[in-house]
Amino acid sequence: MIPDLGKYTVTVLAAWGLTLGLLAILVAVSVWRAGQVKRTLQAQQERMRKNG
Amino acid sequence: MSIWEYANPVKFMQLSGRVQPWAWALTGISLAIGLVWGFFLTPDAENFGASVKVIYVHVPAAMMAINIWGMMLVASLIWLIRRHHVSALAARAAASVGAVMTLIALMTGAIWGQPMWGTWWAWDPRLTSFLILFLFYLGYMALWSAIENAEAAADLTSVLCLVGSVFAILSRYAVNFWNQGLHQGATLSLDAEQHIANVYWVPLLFCIAGFMMLFVALLLLRTRTEIRLRHLRALEQRERTA
Amino acid sequence: MRALLLRDLRLAVRGGGGFGLGLVFFLIVVTLVPFGVGPESGVLARIAPGILWLGALLACLLSLDRIFALDHEDGTLDLLATAPIPMEAVVAVKALAHWITTGAPLVVVAPVLALLLHLPSEGYPWLVLSLALGTPALSVLGTFGAALTVGLRRGGLLLSLLVLPLYIPTLIFGAELMRRGMAGMAVQVPLLMLAGITTACIAVMPFASAAVIRMNLRQS
Repeated sequence: MIPDLGKYTVTVLAAWGLTLGLLAILVAVSVWRAGQVKRTLQAQQERMRKNG
Repeated sequence: MSIWEYANPVKFMQLSGRVQPWAWALTGISLAIGLVWGFFLTPDAENFGASVKVIYVHVPAAMMAINIWGMMLVASLIWLIRRHHVSALAARAAASVGAVMTLIALMTGAIWGQPMWGTWWAWDPRLTSFLILFLFYLGYMALWSAIENAEAAADLTSVLCLVGSVFAILSRYAVNFWNQGLHQGATLSLDAEQHIANVYWVPLLFCIAGFMMLFVALLLLRTRTEIRLRHLRALEQRERTA
Repeated sequence: MRALLLRDLRLAVRGGGGFGLGLVFFLIVVTLVPFGVGPESGVLARIAPGILWLGALLACLLSLDRIFALDHEDGTLDLLATAPIPMEAVVAVKALAHWITTGAPLVVVAPVLALLLHLPSEGYPWLVLSLALGTPALSVLGTFGAALTVGLRRGGLLLSLLVLPLYIPTLIFGAELMRRGMAGMAVQVPLLMLAGITTACIAVMPFASAAVIRMNLRQS
């Protein structure tokens, strides 16, 4: 299914893998951090509402 | 009704919350089209063979690396002139995306340069300028995380971004003067005679659009995180003093 | 302003730290290089311009965090901010004091150290000229970096990370001027660029540094 890349197979796959990998990490970290901050903020607001 | 209305964090949160899914959807679509088209459906180039496929990740990343710094510059200016907090936070949110883009451009370039030029790295003006740009990103991010006072951090990093921009451009010319390079000229040019053949050009455009939308989506997400974080800090402060 | 300059100079000389230390550091760097690359005089002569420039640059960097740190700690900086002279002038004087205590001695000592590296004789005038033109820019840019990190407790490392990229153009044109001068090539471009960078930095950077100092003082 992968097209024939000739002698550049390693080059192309490495470059693409690296790019997609780094972008995936970036997106994952951003999403994870967003969720974390959102949850903490909600907990904080909840607590402050209870305590008045 | 002006664009400055969205400088209000509440308004921004509402708008960005609505826009964000669309941004992610567009990112997915254009990246899928561009990458699949580029990877499976383009022919090999005459002198580059299949290695031409690297441009679908290398060129968009390199473009974004520069454009994101430009966006940070604009955001910093808006913060310094009009003091909209969202602007400063957006600049902060953009910086790490820009750094990753620069890193991708550098590393894919190295991987491509190995078989084509026979070396991972050359002190070529373009390569060197990107390395310098990467250093500027690192310094900018380090300064942000070093200063505790949020307002002061926004001020100082904005000034650093302004001064850094001038020196990044200056370095670009200094480096050009210092060493003539291996790197081919711009792949993209509005001049139809010069730019690469259409077979490569159209999927590349999709990839560039995809990277750009990815940046927009990430920027929205990360700016929202920064705003929430700021809100959280303020609440904690209030709780402690109450 | 003259009083401030004299005070800064006196502090630098009497404090023992900054004044001699930069020069000693420069000497040590130049001494270490032959251990790293081997003692052949041909190799040393070829890399001498770069080594001398790098050494001067690092020696400059070493004393940057002292520009504002002490004044910030004992509150002098707050007093200076309310003094009748503008902050821009204070910053410019500070940069000048830094140059007199660090940059100028480096320029004077560099030819002596160049002997150790077997710099060809036609290189000496270019060495002195390029350093004399370039080091003021290093001091002024360094003052900006010091102003950025003044409020931070461990600003030293961050300071280098921020300032070194800003030094790149100066380093390139300075070392290039020397290399071309030695080789007898046309020197007009690097010479004018180096002078241009220095004068532009002296003209513009005090405003940026002063703005940054005010931002830093506002928060505390």
